[in-house]
Amino acid sequence: MSSVLLATTQRDLLLAGRRRIEALLPLGFFIVAASLFPIGVGPEPQTLRQIGPGVVWVCALLAAMLSVTQMFASDHQDGSLEQMLLAPQPLVMLVTGKVLAHWLTTGLPLVIAAPLIGLLFDMNGAAIVALTATLLVGTPVLSLLGAVGAALTLGLRSGAALVFLLVLPLTVPTLIFGTGAVGAVESGLSPAAHFSLLGAVLILTALGAPPATAAALRISLD
Amino acid sequence: MTQRLRWSTFSAPSRFYSMAGRLVPWCWAVTVLFAIAGLYMGFGIAPTDFQQGDAYRIIFIHVPAAWMSMVIYLVMAFFAAVGWAMNARMASMYARALAPTGAMFTFLALWTGALWGKPTWGTWWVWDARLTSEFILLLLYFGYIALTEAIDDARRAANAGALLAIVGAVNVPIIYFSVKWWNTLHQGATVSMTAAPKMASTMLTAMLLMTVACWAYSFAVVFTRARAIVLEQESDTDWVRSLTGAR
Repeated sequence: MSSVLLATTQRDLLLAGRRRIEALLPLGFFIVAASLFPIGVGPEPQTLRQIGPGVVWVCALLAAMLSVTQMFASDHQDGSLEQMLLAPQPLVMLVTGKVLAHWLTTGLPLVIAAPLIGLLFDMNGAAIVALTATLLVGTPVLSLLGAVGAALTLGLRSGAALVFLLVLPLTVPTLIFGTGAVGAVESGLSPAAHFSLLGAVLILTALGAPPATAAALRISLD
Repeated sequence: MTQRLRWSTFSAPSRFYSMAGRLVPWCWAVTVLFAIAGLYMGFGIAPTDFQQGDAYRIIFIHVPAAWMSMVIYLVMAFFAAVGWAMNARMASMYARALAPTGAMFTFLALWTGALWGKPTWGTWWVWDARLTSEFILLLLYFGYIALTEAIDDARRAANAGALLAIVGAVNVPIIYFSVKWWNTLHQGATVSMTAAPKMASTMLTAMLLMTVACWAYSFAVVFTRARAIVLEQESDTDWVRSLTGAR
């Protein structure tokens, strides 16, 4: 079972490694979008410090949604997705492997880049640590939920725009607990409650999203 | 003529089509009667509120609309799930017919809420827990409608919509509580709906009459829309051809 997962992850990572620039585009989007905010809102450090966590989180959400449509698209085009559906191995494991690869190629770079953005927004050390930790727990949720949306909109003309409309409302709890933890640290409170809730959301999504994605793939390739 | 009526009798699109056609005028009649009675009670008999003046009278449409918006989402998710699990086409068609009405009621609840909020709270919109979760409900409706409209194949559209509706229904409680905690953790509750002043019985009666009107309206509109969807999706069958007189 887990060998299927690892094989799928390895394959997707290899594919991403062959097209490095393409794989790093979401990170580029994340940095550009986040750095537009100080220009748009104004450079006052007080304001930037206040909006920083929210901006980083929203930009991470958008970057994840932007890249998630590619999760199944190329496999769908060259027909390998249909072979995966026909394979004797459980589809849920294959899907989980692809989600893991997506998170490693797009989610993890965002987590690594987040402290840099935090510095640009004049956040203090403790808040930056909290922000990075929430992104570490929260970005897998985005990949998992995004996979459901990507599978539902597979092969549709307006698929990319639809994913935003379908998935973003479902990511509201992640956004709230993620920014809530940073806000708690900034105001000197314990972020433990927010982290627990964020972890609960991650566990629920990790259990629920892969079967839903597998079902959505079966519907889409009926 | 001695057919037995089973629960599945009206899951045949042709039977549903003729039955719904007969029911729609009655639904409209109930809608108009109850709406007239409810509006008369609400605007003519119910007393003016000593705190909010006459502005409160918008509850006679606001509260039923908010109730309908939530009930219709659950009913829609239920029918979509039944249609997906049991491969019942009629249930999937009901789900698709329900979505625009649900979205309309959600929008109506938000809009009348804004109109009510301006004179009483002094603002069109606050990011209160209830308002925010109702707004997200509207987005979920839009997502469902957009997804089912974007897929050309009727069966794939119905099943994909069903999956989305179920995922949404599972998420609604999580979203509601997260939004509630978000709001209370940050700024404290500005508006509490639970501590509303006790309602005069005429107000309650008017509101219930309006609720019945909203239910009847939903049945009328959803039946009409479902009939149109049935005609569209069954257009190559004999009974639709004989109905339209086409070759």
